[in-house]
Amino acid sequence: MNSSKRIAVATVASLAAALLLAVLGGCGRKEDAGSGKSGAAGNVILIGHVAPLSGGDAHLGKDNENGARLAADEINAAGGVKLGDKTYRVEIQGEDDKADPREGTLVAQKLVDAGVVAVVGHLNSGSSIPASKIYKDADVAQISPSSTAVKYTDQGFKTTFRVVANDRQQGTAMANYATDVLKAKTVAIVDDRTAYGQGLVDIVEQVVKEHGATVITREYTDNKASDFNAILTKIRATKPDVIIYGGMDDTAGPMAKQVHQLGIKTPLIGGDGSCTLEFIKLAGDGADQMTCTRGGEAVERLPKGDQFMTRYQAKFGSPVQIYAPYSYDAVYVIVDAIRRAGSLDRAAVTAAVATTDYAGLTGHIAFDAKGDLKNGAISVYKVQDGKLNFVSTTR
Amino acid sequence: MGSFDTFLQQIFNGLVLGSLYALIALGYTMVYGIVNLINFAHGDVLMVGALTALSAITLTHAAVPGLPGWGLMIVGMLAAIAVCIVLSLLIERVAYRPLRNAPRLAPLITAIGVSILLQTVAMIIWGRNHLTYPQLLPADPIAIGPATVTATKLAVIALSTVIMIGLLVLVQRTRLGRAMRATAENPRVAGLMGVNPNAVIAATFAIGAALAAVAGVMYAAVYSVAHFYMGFIPGLKAFTAAVLGGIGNIPGAMLGGILLGLIEALGAGYIDQLTGGVFGSNYQDVFAFIVLCAVLILRPSGLLGERVADRA
Repeated sequence: MNSSKRIAVATVASLAAALLLAVLGGCGRKEDAGSGKSGAAGNVILIGHVAPLSGGDAHLGKDNENGARLAADEINAAGGVKLGDKTYRVEIQGEDDKADPREGTLVAQKLVDAGVVAVVGHLNSGSSIPASKIYKDADVAQISPSSTAVKYTDQGFKTTFRVVANDRQQGTAMANYATDVLKAKTVAIVDDRTAYGQGLVDIVEQVVKEHGATVITREYTDNKASDFNAILTKIRATKPDVIIYGGMDDTAGPMAKQVHQLGIKTPLIGGDGSCTLEFIKLAGDGADQMTCTRGGEAVERLPKGDQFMTRYQAKFGSPVQIYAPYSYDAVYVIVDAIRRAGSLDRAAVTAAVATTDYAGLTGHIAFDAKGDLKNGAISVYKVQDGKLNFVSTTR
Repeated sequence: MGSFDTFLQQIFNGLVLGSLYALIALGYTMVYGIVNLINFAHGDVLMVGALTALSAITLTHAAVPGLPGWGLMIVGMLAAIAVCIVLSLLIERVAYRPLRNAPRLAPLITAIGVSILLQTVAMIIWGRNHLTYPQLLPADPIAIGPATVTATKLAVIALSTVIMIGLLVLVQRTRLGRAMRATAENPRVAGLMGVNPNAVIAATFAIGAALAAVAGVMYAAVYSVAHFYMGFIPGLKAFTAAVLGGIGNIPGAMLGGILLGLIEALGAGYIDQLTGGVFGSNYQDVFAFIVLCAVLILRPSGLLGERVADRA
């Protein structure tokens, strides 16, 4: 009796403490939001950035955010943004969506409430798509540096843009590589059941069939899985000419390793999500079987690319994973739009983004009516001796 | 490659996965058997084990560069076991013992809290990124008859078999095992018979933690990644395995683990043939849980479960 009473007291006390914390936290957040708003009205231009900063895609999320911060720092060092007789500093508010669609909408609302002028992000298509509705309702321009799913810009929103090629182009490039270069007649396809992975390989499947090859098996996993032995064993029995995976590097890496361990010698083809240094690290001995594509030019081969890579490495102490150059450009596109609009009004900025004509680090940036990058490029890479070797670029 | 070869390979895949599930499930079931607590922090103890071993391996490799892979593996495993035992004893003492006579929901919620705490602390210590586990045993495929295996996977099966036999001997044949069984039966009466329940419960937590540490190191070695939330999925699966086998029952956890591994592998491999292409490998988890539901409907106490009346 005595002990249960004591526990009841303890429970009530801890509940009270939790409540108190929640209230205090709530206040703190409200204050943040307030200062954000006043900041935008003062002499700060607040730009949101959303990417997963925890979980399996954290390294890619950090990469994107670093790209955006590098751009903001450069703009500020060069004197900031002058509108009329006022000078503004660019500030990036970075949020973590954990690569989770639900979390993505929560942080989108948080950024809208904090008074951002525009948003760079999100990283994953699965998170960008549900969030785009929130940005649309608030007239906030959303420029994704890495969401390639076709559906993202297919919703008819005036606020939705991306600075990479979409998966229609990428899926076609992957399928072309399979049937034209590798001369594959039979194809096995695996996806991770995300908007990105599934959307990408759906297009690959379609194009591969148009080229007369057969999809002999279509398998599924999920974006948190670590064991692929069962589906790979099944694929091994069907002896495909090539295995195509739609998913991110944290699953593609272990999968490639298990491909090697099961003695499967079939070449692998992956999309941009698995075209990273992290993939090579995780895949170990299986990495060399991979050929992968990236949306965009091979940045290291572009005129300003090498210089950017050096600056990035010097500032953050790690090499570019994949899409940092694109989030970097996205910030510049927003600032360029603000300059042309001559105001921080969200609708005016969004309208200015739509008419972007900007020579960026990653190439010439202009958007079509949907918000897709005009004339987007896809680059093919082959993994060799622990490096991503550039093969070709198509448009 | 014939379809029978593929079948054997799937069985082997299932056994590797199942042995890992079984080792983890043992930790759940032993603790439940003695204190009726579902220790939801168990999966995170596994994670701490895997990450501790990774740090120990990295440090040892730097200090003694010549040590072969299996030597590093043993060093890592010993470090993981030591840290996990201390951690688990600490958790038991701080988070569970004060609540031992509380309503059963209280320790359950504490367990979830401990789980979140461990993940956050691990994230602070080891960072958020996926860490690559070094290849300690050769990873090249070895063809044994029709199946393709690796040294690491063989080690997983061998080590878990030895550990499970050892555990059965410990529980059935030793003084400590008898004390554990007596405490599980009735802690008060066991106390009257001269058994120190606190010591026995602590020993149970320690054994469970050691098993989780070994499982964690092997899990990370097989899949060659480790990260701060890696304990969640195997923890959940192992809990399922423990329920499948009959929670509280030690051979049940072993059986449940192996079965769940086999069901997952065969489910992913054959579900579309069984259903005429209606369901694909995307339903592999559904398949596993359908089996679980069926078992629980037909045998509410699990396959080898018993004494549900005074447990529920």
